[in-house]
Order: sequence, then C-alpha cells, then structure tokens
Amino acid sequence: MAIVIGILFTIGTYLILSKTLLRIILGTSIIGHGVNLLILTMGGLKKGGPPLLGLKESLFTDPLPQALLLTAIVINFATTALFLVLSYRTYKVLGTDDLEELRGCDDE
Amino acid sequence: MVWLYLILGIPFLFAFLVPVLHKRFTPRIHTGWFVLWIPLLIFGILLSTVPTISSGGIIDLSLPWIPAYDINITLFIDGLSLIFGLLISGVGFLVILYSIYYLSQHKEALHNFYIYLLLFMGAMLGVVLSDNIFALYVFWEMTSISSFLLIAYWFEREKSRSGARKSLLITVFGGLAMLAGFILLTMMTDTYSIRGMIHNLGGIHSHTLFLPAMVLILIGAFTKSAQFPFSIWLPDAMEAPTPVSAYLHSATMVKAGIYLVARLTPIFGGGGVWFWLVTGIGLVTLFYGSFNAIRQTDLKALLAYSTISQLGLIMSLLGLGSAGLAPEAGNAQAAYALAIFTALFHLVNHSTFKGCLFMVVGIIDHETGTRDIRKLGGLMHIMPISFTLALIGCLSMAGLPPFNGFLSKELFFTAVLNASEISVVIPVVAWLASVLTFVYSLIMVFKTFTGQPRVKSGKQAHEAPLGMLIPPMVLAALVVLLFFFPNVLVHYVLAPAWAAVLPSLAQANLLTVHVSPWHGVTPELLMTLGVIILGGTLYKTLKKWVKLYRTYPQILTLNHIYETALELMESLSLSLTKRYMTGSLRDYLIYILSFIVVAVGGALVLAQGIAFDPSHDAALSIYELALLAGMVVCAIAVLLAETRLAAVIAVGALGFLVVFFFVLFRAPDLALTQLVVETITTVLFLLCFYHLPKLKKETTPLPSKVVNGLLSLAVGLVMTLVALSANGNPLPESIAGYYENAYELAGAKNIVNAILVDFRGFDTMLEILVLSMAGLGVYTLIKLRMAGGKENERS
Repeated sequence: MAIVIGILFTIGTYLILSKTLLRIILGTSIIGHGVNLLILTMGGLKKGGPPLLGLKESLFTDPLPQALLLTAIVINFATTALFLVLSYRTYKVLGTDDLEELRGCDDE
Repeated sequence: MVWLYLILGIPFLFAFLVPVLHKRFTPRIHTGWFVLWIPLLIFGILLSTVPTISSGGIIDLSLPWIPAYDINITLFIDGLSLIFGLLISGVGFLVILYSIYYLSQHKEALHNFYIYLLLFMGAMLGVVLSDNIFALYVFWEMTSISSFLLIAYWFEREKSRSGARKSLLITVFGGLAMLAGFILLTMMTDTYSIRGMIHNLGGIHSHTLFLPAMVLILIGAFTKSAQFPFSIWLPDAMEAPTPVSAYLHSATMVKAGIYLVARLTPIFGGGGVWFWLVTGIGLVTLFYGSFNAIRQTDLKALLAYSTISQLGLIMSLLGLGSAGLAPEAGNAQAAYALAIFTALFHLVNHSTFKGCLFMVVGIIDHETGTRDIRKLGGLMHIMPISFTLALIGCLSMAGLPPFNGFLSKELFFTAVLNASEISVVIPVVAWLASVLTFVYSLIMVFKTFTGQPRVKSGKQAHEAPLGMLIPPMVLAALVVLLFFFPNVLVHYVLAPAWAAVLPSLAQANLLTVHVSPWHGVTPELLMTLGVIILGGTLYKTLKKWVKLYRTYPQILTLNHIYETALELMESLSLSLTKRYMTGSLRDYLIYILSFIVVAVGGALVLAQGIAFDPSHDAALSIYELALLAGMVVCAIAVLLAETRLAAVIAVGALGFLVVFFFVLFRAPDLALTQLVVETITTVLFLLCFYHLPKLKKETTPLPSKVVNGLLSLAVGLVMTLVALSANGNPLPESIAGYYENAYELAGAKNIVNAILVDFRGFDTMLEILVLSMAGLGVYTLIKLRMAGGKENERS
C-alpha cells in the first residue's frame, strides 16, 4: 500500500510542478487520492466486518478513519470544483492556461 | 513630596495645552512665553532639594506603572540626577527664552516646536530621574524620537530630513542594544532598580553575561553621546534650529550617554575592559573631534565636532576614574577618583560655554544670514556684545584663565598624568587634542569677528535684540563666575554627585577636593603653557598646513562608510528579494516541497524513526494486488497522456479504482460517496475541458524536468517512508472500540454515520459550510462580471 501511495504522491507532485493549469488540477486530484488512501492505511488494513452493528460480526474495521475520509472526500470535491471553474474563468478572461504567461503584475 | 512628580508630569501635560494656546493667541503673543515658566518651575523645585542632597540625603519616590512586572515610574534624586536635572531645566529655560526671539511668531509653526521641545524636556528629565531601568529606557527612546522631530523641524528641507533619519537610525540602534544590555543586567542582579543593582552586585564581575551586558549598554551610551565611530549623526543634526542644537546637541541629550556611564560605573567599573573601552573610545573621540573641527567652514559644524571632542574628554575621564574602583589601585584610589569629579565638573562647564557659543552662532546667523566662516569677518565692531560672549566661550573651551574651562582642563591634565602610570599614550593624546582644541577655538573667534567682511551679505549686519542676548549672557556670566567661585558649586552639587558615582569610595571618605585656580607651578600648568604656545603657532601657520586635510581620502571618512553601508544593504536586500520572489508558482512549489522533503526526511533520519515492522500488516490478497497495479497504471497514464480527454479519463478511472478499494476494505459509505463524487468530478472535468485549450506538450527544458522528477521522487519516497515507519513504530491502542457503543449511545447501527452526525457532528456542519461556500464561489465566478473583464472575454 505504502508504495502505491508513494507513487501517487510522486506523480501528483510532478503534475503540479508543470505549467498547464489542467495538469495542476489533475495533480491535486491524484494527491487527494493518495492522501485518502494514506489515511485509510494508517487506520490499519486488518480484516474485519464493515462498521455496521447489525451484522453480528465480532471484529470491525476502524470506523474513525472512514468518517474522517468521508469529510475529506467531500471537501476535496468542493475545492476541486472551485478550482476547475476558476481555471475555466482564468482561461476565458486571460486567454492562456500557461502559468509562465500568467506571471508578473504591475506592482513589481 | 508627591508634588515632586510635577517635575516629570508637567512638560508632558502642558504639551497638550500648547496647540490650544497657540491657536488662540497667535500672532499676538509668542507661544514660547506660555512655555517659559515650566523649566523655571522645575529648576526651582530641584533647587529646593539641594540642601537635602548636599547633606547626603536622597529623594526616592515610586509610582506603580506595571506593578505586576515590578515596573514603576520612579523619581530618584541624588547628586548625579540633580546636576543633570538642574542643567536640563536651567539651560532649557534659557533656550526657550532665546527661541522666543529667534523663531518668528509669524512664519514658523511654533506649536510644533514647543510640543517637541516639552516632550524632549520631559523625557530627558525622566532619563536622569529614573531609578527603574525600564522606565529609564522608555524615556531614553522618547528623547530619541523627540530629537528626531526637532532635527527635522524644517521638514521641507531635504538635509533636515536626512539628518533626522541618520540620527534616529543610529541612536535607536544604540537604544535597542542598550535594552538588550539592560535585560542581561536584570537577569544577573535580579532587580529592576539601579540602586538595587548596586546593592546586590555579588559576584557579578565573574558572571558570563557581564561582558555582553557591558558592551551592549556601552553601545547605547556611545551612540547617544556621539562617541567614535557613532559620532557621525551629530554634525548632520545641525540642520535643526539653533536653539535645538544648543539645547539637545550640546547641553542635554548628548550627555545622556555620559549620565548612563556615570550612573553604571559602580556596577561595571573597576574592571580592565570597562576602563579601556570607556577611556580608549573617549580619547579617540576627543582627538577625532578636535582634529576634524579645524577643517569645518560652517560654524555649527565646527561646534558639533567640538562637542564630540568634549564629550570624548568627559567620557575618557569617566573611564580613568573607574580605575579608582579597582581593588589593585590601593593608595592611588583617591587620585583616580578625582577623574570622575573632573568629568562632572567639565560636564557643567561644557554645558555653560557650549550653550553660549551655539546661541552666539545663532545670533550671527540671524543677523548676517550666513554661518560660513569664509564669508564672515570683521563683526567685532558691529556686534561687540556677541563678540565678547564668543570670546568668553571660546577661551573657556580652549582652557584659558580666567574661565571655568581652565579649571576643568587643569584637572583633566592631572587625571591623565595620574593615568600615565597605566599608559604613557593617554596624556600624550590628551595634550595633542588640547592643542587642536585651542586652534579651532581661535579659528572660531578670530575668523568670525576680526579682519574684513569677505562677502557682503544681503542683510545689514547689526547687533541682536537684547532678549536674544540675555540667555548667552547668563551662560557667559556663569562661565566667569564658576572660575572665581567654583567651590560653591563643588560643595553643593558636585560633591554629592561624585559620591553618587563612587558610593564605595565615598563611604571610605576618600573624596575630598578643593578647586582653586592656582596651584603653583605644576606640570599641568606647564602643559597648558605648551598648549598655548604650540596652538598659537599652529593657528598662525594655519594656511600652510590646512591643505593637509585635503589629502585625507574621502573614501575613508565615516560618513562615506555609513552611506555606502546603507546603500549596500538596500541593494542587497532588493536583489535578494528579486532573485527568490520570481512570481512563478513552480518556483515557490519547489521551495515548499524541498523544505518538506528536507524537514520531514531529515527528522525521520535524525530521530532514527525509519522502522519497518511487517508483523502488523495484513496479508495482501490477489484482488488488492490487481487493484493497486491498476491504480499505478492509471496514474502513469495521466502522466503520459497527450490529450486532455485521455488524462481526464485516466483520473476518473483512478477514482473508480479507489472506490473498489473502499469496497474491498469494508467501507461501504466511503465507496458510495466516492462513486458519486468521482462521477460528478469527471463530469465537471468534461464540462470544463471543452472550454479549455488543447493539452499542450510540456515545453519545459530538460534540466527543470529533471528537477521536477527528482523532487517528485523525493516527495514520494519520503511519504512512503513515513507511511511504512508509522506502521512500524509502536502506537497506542485505537479509540475505535468506544464507537462500537454507537447503538447504546446514539441509537445508530451504522458506526460511521453515527460518528459523522453524532459523535463528531461539528466537522460535518463545517464541511457543509465548505460545500456551500464552494457552490457560492462557483456561482460567483460564473455570474459576476467585473469591469475590465469584458474586454478580454473570449467566447
């Protein structure tokens, strides 16, 4: 698991270091997945029943990381949606999605 | 006794009234008349304490300010404070009287002037009357600020502003160093009261913080008192109105450092470092100031360098006197201690004649329109009174009888001759500096008042009004009186001050002195004769050797070094900022990520936290392996995708694989959410990408690709290590067992949902808020069109 998380982080990082806005958003998305998996992994991947009390199992998987994750997924979604629209607007207004061309302002 | 607080309070309180009075009575009555009574009142109050002080008593009052931290406004009067207090209020009175005639009530913003001046006076009194070291610091900085305001009084002039800025930078630098020194001092002695410190000195001399505290406090004292090499602000401060120069930069503020050194002598004195620092810097300043004064062509600049030189003289005397505290001094203790007395005596003398000289220069400036020595001359017959005053002041400064400068100069020679047992250099330097002092004193009188006027100024030069002449006359009268009756001052004021500087010697009854102008033919007298002969010769041959000054390279002057250092600092910080603040997101990300890698990875290595312990891990099933492989493939596909569609689909696929993963690891709620979210995200991507341009091939050059790649690998590696080590290290038991009571506590069988809405419902509420805000944000972004956006809009 840890290795896969590492690979996801590697690729996500590489993507956010690129110049295109879309690649950066995809990169954050991939890092988001990596983080989610990391949280789940840290909770322990031992087998057990799903955390539903009705199932008469003696051993459950840890419910706390799952609750945390659920929150994280929703927030991740919200920010991704906002970023997407933001990049869309950026492109509309400024006519480029190349970060190098977005540099500089009059204050410098 | 509480009315004594008036001394501290009145200048500040009255400063509030000044603008009101100014507005109401200008231009009928000069605002200065309203202010005049304040220093007089303070002077009177302080005079009334003289009997108490001269009989060995002290006055000690305390008003709580921050009692929880033991910081109080204290009013502590002993001999030393009394001298300074009398000087501040006495010269203050004369200066205000002088300024009434000097500053025009029609043209100048007088309310500003008197507010600043009152602020300064109050702060200066606070410095010398404070026993609490932090109260002293507060007043100390207030003198810096009010001096800054006064120097830049004519703020529309560029030179005034730069002079004010320079003095502020230097004195505040010193003030902050002094604060640090004070803090170290309080740490060593465990009290905020200076008297308390003197009482429980203990083994302070061997304390490790002793030396840093001493050096830091001395930096503060040296910057304020314009000692070498911090003296450069004083000549530039001459852009201030002349009353200010006379008051602040000759009689009071520049003596704050002297006061501090004298006040702390019982604490620091006696050691070799203190002796050499104070004496050495003092002598260097003495020589440097007198050497540079000769080549000045502006009268005020000449006086400024002369002030620097005289301050150096006083400082070196304080250093010499501290040798009296050294245990090894033995029988010579009393002889060394005499130097402290001389310092205090010369302090008073200097205030009198230097104040007088500044006022005379102000009169000349006022009546002829210039202060340039090259343009002045032959004023003796036009301004006889000013000439007399200048003559008295200058001869006193040069150290001739029958003026008070003679007495203190003789005592000074005695002190340096005593010190010749320590080093022969000391009297030689002192004597040479005295010769130079003699020369510039002569320049000041004779170049200005004798000969022919070289350039006709626009004004018809004439004698000043009487009101302007009275203050310097009073000071000049003091100069002469102190020569004939020095022992009145010695008995009532100087002796208790001397005892305050050297309390241990005072208890041993070693401090006795009788000042008289005639001792018989002593080495000191011969030295003075030598000064007169050599100085006279040098003055006669001035034209021949004054060219020597021009050979001194401009680059090596202190001012040049200061300017260059300032410029260098500015350009350095600017280029540094320009270099790392590139404006490129990628660069900042690289900083952040590399920092993470270094910090987290470094911490892992340093704490030896890398540990793999596979025993906790569950066995991997074939499904999981397949899923993981699929994820890796998807991720790589995103990386390599050449079209945006492929990239978006690959990310979507990755998301769905994560869904399967959640299924596999018994997280049904997660799987459901992830499925929905992933779908919506993909749809959003698809919606957006239609409007986005084609995914361009990355045109990044190869080196930065390599940097990107290496950095990403490092980040991935560190995260992997963290993940592995976290499982490998022993952890406390999970609290998950508690949540299995979900049914009993919350009436829910779905534990995850119970946590979300019951156990940890707050998170959920705020998460809803996040979602709403994102929704509103999206809406705003799409709907809201600000001006300026429309022109650039593309369909």
